[in-house]
Amino acid sequence: MSELSLISLCKKFERSTPNEKVALDHISLEVNQGDFITILGSNGAGKSTLFNAILGKFPLDSGKIILDGENITKQKDYKRALNIGCLYQSPLKGTAPNMTIEENLALAYTRKAKRSFFAVNKKDSERFREMLSTLGLGLEDRMKTNMGLLSGGQRQAAALLMATIAEPKLLLLDEHTAALDPATADKVLALTKQIVEEQHLTCLMITHNMQSALDLGNRTIMMDRGRIILDVSGKERENLTVADLLEKFKVASGKGFDNDRMMLV
Amino acid sequence: MDYLGLLISALSQGMLYAPMALGVFIAFRILNTPDLTIDGSLVLGMCVCAVVTISGHPYLALVCGLLAGALAGLVTGILQTSLKIHPILSGVLTMTGLYTINYMILGGQSNLYLQSLSANESGSSVQVASNTLYKTFYNFLCTAFNTTELDANLSVLIISTVLIGIAAILLCVFFKTRTGIAIRATGDNEEMVRSSSINADASRILGIMLSNALVAFSGALLCQQQRYADLNCGNGMLVVGLASVIIGQIFLGKRNVTLGVFSAILGSLAYRIILQAAYQADMPSYGVKLLSAIIVVIALILPLIKNKIIEYRLAADADKED
Repeated sequence: MSELSLISLCKKFERSTPNEKVALDHISLEVNQGDFITILGSNGAGKSTLFNAILGKFPLDSGKIILDGENITKQKDYKRALNIGCLYQSPLKGTAPNMTIEENLALAYTRKAKRSFFAVNKKDSERFREMLSTLGLGLEDRMKTNMGLLSGGQRQAAALLMATIAEPKLLLLDEHTAALDPATADKVLALTKQIVEEQHLTCLMITHNMQSALDLGNRTIMMDRGRIILDVSGKERENLTVADLLEKFKVASGKGFDNDRMMLV
Repeated sequence: MDYLGLLISALSQGMLYAPMALGVFIAFRILNTPDLTIDGSLVLGMCVCAVVTISGHPYLALVCGLLAGALAGLVTGILQTSLKIHPILSGVLTMTGLYTINYMILGGQSNLYLQSLSANESGSSVQVASNTLYKTFYNFLCTAFNTTELDANLSVLIISTVLIGIAAILLCVFFKTRTGIAIRATGDNEEMVRSSSINADASRILGIMLSNALVAFSGALLCQQQRYADLNCGNGMLVVGLASVIIGQIFLGKRNVTLGVFSAILGSLAYRIILQAAYQADMPSYGVKLLSAIIVVIALILPLIKNKIIEYRLAADADKED
């Protein structure tokens, strides 16, 4: 059985106005447990909208979302977050700047933590310290430092920990390395891979880097105008090059790839 | 001149207004949301406390005042979150509505003295001052030290300090609990709180309730100390609270929440000392509001001036090198 089923999701923004925009057009997707799917698409293709739909940021026009056998279509966003971790492009979005690293982690862990009077307690802190040390950024010795004092890369790494700290059933990554410098982006990406593998997480990742879309994960989908136009996995994907991908996109969408931010290599 | 007496008077006022400063601190610094309910909830605490005190329950009156404030906060909180009304407007709406409610609580008059009619030995009815926390404590101190010439302000200062000390410690502890850090995080990054599967709306409402409960507690204490409730006591209290919080930051900074709590109290004390000094320099009593506004403006533009000075110096240095 699949971990996540998206059944014919539809969403129009500004319905019944001249500005009506079809954001999601009957999107259906079956995601298996342990799948690591990379998602490509030009600007406005509906990638982030798809994530926001899964996260419950807006009500759908129609369609069903089933996570691990549970229909979560009508569930409130914060309730879904119990089992869904997410990470955005901006490192600022995933962390609270005026709270310490320790407190940030404790907050993120609240959903699965044992009941305790104080949010920061010895037992959890030891766990956090261990997790931070796996990042290799020296953050384990700065647990009482305010998050706002860290660099973007450090904050994003911490946010990655926070998104995965409660062993989510699904991890959504929305271009989470796009705002980082290349070296830091590589580091965060490697960490992502490591955490996803260790926890056998089911993961969807939006990226603008075609090469890493093919290198990472076991399946790649392409979106255009609110639809999934390409879905490759297994043998077919192993032999795919960036050039093939561009060609396939042209055929499937009937136009060239028009994304000024897309990186071809 | 009796400087010590003046100082004690200023400090005792500072302590009475300290819970209000704490409430403003929670709204402005922790929740990061301006809350104008404060002007109304202070008076609400005062009015509720007055009515219950007159009925003969001075301690219950303080608790009732506090709870009434929480209720006002609940209304603002629901307007802000569930009903999605702009935070500033939400506060203004609650504050405006509270004026009528406060008026009704006082029985359709604009002020109420803490006294009730009672029959004396000869059978004629006389006004008898109601019992208050401060009256009881003053009598207790007088008996304990066997004196009749105790400074009433000193007695107010002592008992208020004890109460506010307890409240401050409870607050600091609370902000370390799971609920507490959820409230802090909601002010810091609401999106992240939702992503962590915490009901950010509930955290926000709880925070606003806590803030207004403290403000109303201040109103209740004031009511028992000054022995009356007045509908106009709340005007401009938000600015007074803000001034206290900003002054406090000069002493202790805003590095963490524990320092923040104590700096708000310290700020409230310092603010009253500044006021007392201004009164000694012949400031008329109606000058208070202007002074508060000026203090807040100065405190807010200080960083700007600092930057300008640094810029100016750098430019001057660069000129010299040329």
